Amino acid sequence: MARTLINVPKTAKKGEIIAIKTLISHEMETGFRHDNMGKAIPRDIISLFVCTYNGQEIFRAELHPAIAANPFIAFSTVATASGTLEFKWTGDNGFSATEQATITVE
Amino acid sequence: MTTRRNVLIGAASLAAGAGLVSVSPARATPASMDAAIKKVVGSAPLRKGKVTLSLPPLVENGNTVSLEVSVESPMTPENHVKAIHIFNEKNPLPNVISARLGPRAGQGKLSTRMRLADSQRVIAVAELSDGSFWSDEVDVIVTIAACLEDPG
Repeated sequence: MARTLINVPKTAKKGEIIAIKTLISHEMETGFRHDNMGKAIPRDIISLFVCTYNGQEIFRAELHPAIAANPFIAFSTVATASGTLEFKWTGDNGFSATEQATITVE
Repeated sequence: MTTRRNVLIGAASLAAGAGLVSVSPARATPASMDAAIKKVVGSAPLRKGKVTLSLPPLVENGNTVSLEVSVESPMTPENHVKAIHIFNEKNPLPNVISARLGPRAGQGKLSTRMRLADSQRVIAVAELSDGSFWSDEVDVIVTIAACLEDPG
């Protein structure tokens, strides 16, 4: 499983806008490079990232080869209720990774 | 052991490798970027404003370039940012990222890191809930390019 780094505040006030930062280790091989024998290296990227908050989708991003290796995505959401944020990355060659973070909203 | 022969063979294969690099793959051109933007925007007018794309104007290493897009919007159910797209002119492909968000985001903001294969123009396009499209663009100068150089 790919290593991930998620930054979500542990607690937040109801209605507060919170910043969410995500990072996942992945080569993001573009498919445009060649090895030293001149053979094309096939594309291997993460193509979709989805974040759900208590089961409801709040953010989705389609990634292209122009995204740097170890994709970093930061966005925001309104803290509505205590619960779980789930992060899912999917991509080429059946790549799939899921991570969760819990938040307490007062 | 490093013999004269090995060194020569190494140099020859390096030269061959370099030759292959110069037969570079097709690159996105301003035209293909415009086509990619057209695909998102459709027939709606693309206006300048509301969007701020922050990207360093001079980049030393094109392999990871931090960028941030922020869109002026109250982010209410009636008036919010539906999507943020980023396009470039000279990477092999014009698309960079397409993000969908909604009123629950609280603010129209997105940060990520991209690759830049050359000095070029980068454009951020925001789609608002009323169906309008707004954009901002930045010209970036890159000293070490990404994407096209070979590993090792």
